[in-house]
Amino acid sequence: MIVNDKNIPSRPAPASTRGIAGWLRENLFSTPGNSVLTFMGLAFLVWAIPPIFQWAVLQADFIGVNKEACTSEGACWVFVSARFQQFMYGFYPDTELWRVNIFFAQMTAVLVWVLWDKMPRRTWGGVWFLTGFPLTSFILLHGGFLGLETVETHKWGGLMLTLVLSLVGMVIALPIGILLALGRRSDMPAVSSFCTVFIEIWRGVPLITILFMASVMLPLFIPGDIELDKLARAMIGISLFEAALIAEVIRGGLQAMPKGQYEAADAMGLSYWQGMRLIIMPQVLKISIPGIVNTFVQLFKDTSLVLIIGLFDLLAVMQAGITDVNWPNISIEAFVFTGFVFWAFCFGMSRYSVALERKLDTGHKS
Amino acid sequence: MHAEVEEKEKQSVSLKHMAGTETMIELRGVNKWYGDFHVLKDINLTVRKGERIVVCGPSGSGKSTMIRCINRLEEHQEGIIDVNGVTLTNDLKNIEHIRKDVGMVFQHFNLFPHLTVLENCTLAPIWVRKMPRKETEEIAMKYLERVKIPDQANKYPGQLSGGQQQRVAIARSLCMNPEVMLFDEPTSALDPEMIKEVLDVMIELAQEGMTMICVTHEMGFARTVANRVIFMDGGQIIEENAPEPFFNSPQSERTQLFLSQILSH
Repeated sequence: MIVNDKNIPSRPAPASTRGIAGWLRENLFSTPGNSVLTFMGLAFLVWAIPPIFQWAVLQADFIGVNKEACTSEGACWVFVSARFQQFMYGFYPDTELWRVNIFFAQMTAVLVWVLWDKMPRRTWGGVWFLTGFPLTSFILLHGGFLGLETVETHKWGGLMLTLVLSLVGMVIALPIGILLALGRRSDMPAVSSFCTVFIEIWRGVPLITILFMASVMLPLFIPGDIELDKLARAMIGISLFEAALIAEVIRGGLQAMPKGQYEAADAMGLSYWQGMRLIIMPQVLKISIPGIVNTFVQLFKDTSLVLIIGLFDLLAVMQAGITDVNWPNISIEAFVFTGFVFWAFCFGMSRYSVALERKLDTGHKS
Repeated sequence: MHAEVEEKEKQSVSLKHMAGTETMIELRGVNKWYGDFHVLKDINLTVRKGERIVVCGPSGSGKSTMIRCINRLEEHQEGIIDVNGVTLTNDLKNIEHIRKDVGMVFQHFNLFPHLTVLENCTLAPIWVRKMPRKETEEIAMKYLERVKIPDQANKYPGQLSGGQQQRVAIARSLCMNPEVMLFDEPTSALDPEMIKEVLDVMIELAQEGMTMICVTHEMGFARTVANRVIFMDGGQIIEENAPEPFFNSPQSERTQLFLSQILSH
C-alpha cells in the first residue's frame, strides 16, 4: 500500500527549455538536420542581403527629375518620384487631384474606424462604409454633381483604380458569396441548383475571359442605347467572379460546423435566418478567415487584369512608364517598386486577419 | 451514506404528487424511417403536465430519435404528435411555436462557442421571445445561480469543464421558460466526477414540477425522479412502468436482459 499525503511543490521548467536558449534550441537547433538548415539559411542571408541593400539603398539615386539624375550604379528611384502622379492617380486631371486625395483620406479614416476595435460606434462606421462612403466617393471621383467637373472613368488609374476595384469587389463579393454558399446547401432544389450552376460557371472561367466578355460582348446583349460604363462592367465581372470563389470558401466553413450547432439553434426556436446570422455565420466567418483573406489578396492582385479592357491600374501605369524613351532600362525599378506596393497592401491584409483570428479565439477547439 | 438515502427518499416522496392530469405531450401511432430503415414503430406515449419520464434502451433503439421528433429535429412520417395542444405539422410557424415551449439539452451540450455563457442564455429570449436585453440578463443570472455557476457568466464555454457546460446548457433552456424539457443523454459525454453535479440540477428541476423526458442510463436518477420508466428496443416501446416495479420485476425478457446488462456491476 502506498499513501502519499505530501504535496510536491511546482518547480520551474528546466533552464534549457526556457528563455532565449530554450527558444533557439526549440526553433532552430532541435535536430542536427534543422541545425544544418539554420546555418544554410543564415549563409544565404549573408550572401543575399548586402548586395540587395547596396543596390536598393546605398548606391541608389533618390533625388532629381529625369534619367540624367541617376548617376550611381544602384537603383534609380527618381523614376518613381517622377511618375508619382500617374502612379497614384492615373490620368486624372491635374486640377482635380484634390478630389482623389479626399477619397484616399476618407477611405483611410473609414477603414480605421471599421477595422480597429478600439474605435467608438463601429456599427455606424460599418453603415457609413457601406452607404455614405461609396456614395460620396462616387460623387467625388466621378463628378457631374454639385458643380464638380465630370471625370470619365477611363481617366481613372493607378493606385486609386486598384483600390476602387478591390474595395468594390470585396464589399460586393462577400455578401453575395455568403448567400450563394447558403443557397447551394439549401433544401430547396431550385435554389441549390441555381447557386451550384452559378458558382461552377463563374469560377470555372478565367477572370480575363470574364473581363473581356464584360467589355466586348455584354454591350451586344444590352438592348438599345443603354450604355454601361466600362469600369462598372469590370466591377460587376470581378465581383461576381470573386463571389463564386468566396461562396466555396464559406461552404467549406459551413461544412466544418458541428451539426449540434444547427440543432441547438433550431431547438431554441430561432428561425433559419436568425440561426444563420446569430449562431452559424459568426463561427463560419471566423474559421473561414484564412480562406476569405486568401481570396481577397488574390482579388487585389487580379485587379491588374483590367489592363485587358483598357483600364490602367497600378501595374499598367508602371508598365506604360517603362516604354517611355526618356527612361531607358528602368523596368527593374518599376517592377520592384510596384511589387513592393502590392506586397505591402497584401501583407497588411494578412497581418490584420491574423490579429482578427487571435481576437476572436474564445478558447474553443472542437 | 444513511443521510443520502434518506435525502433521496424525501425527494421521491416530495415528487410523488406532482404529476397533473393535463396532457402535455401525446404521440399517437408515430412511425419514422431513415430511408428504408424503420426506426420508430408505432410509438404511443402520453405525458401529462409535471410528469417525469425516463427513457432507456440499448443504443440504436430509437429513444433519441423519439424525443427529437417531439421538437421536430427529426421529421416523423406517420402518426400524430401533439405538444401542449399544438399538433406538429410541416408549417414552420407551428414548429417554431412548439420549439419555444420545449427546451432541449443535448449529449454534447451544443453551447455556442463564440458567445459568453450569459450571451448563450440571453440569445433566444431576446430574438425569439423579443424580450428587452436587460430583463433577459436578469433572468439568465437567476438561472445561472440555480445551476450554481453565476460566477462563470462572462466566460466562454470553451473555458468551462464539461459538467459546467452542461449546467449552462440547462440554464440556457430554462431561460426560455419552457413547458417541457427534453434531455438527450445529458450525462453520457461527462467525466464520472461531473455526472452528479448535472443530475443534482436535474433533480431540483424535477422537484419544481417541470415536465421532463430524459433519455438516460442513470438508473439511480430514474428511481429517484421518474414517474414512469420506458424501455425501448428496436424502435418500439417494449415496457412502460413505474420505477419500482420496472426495476424490481421487469416483465419483458428484453427488459430483463437489458437491466441485467447495465446493472451487472
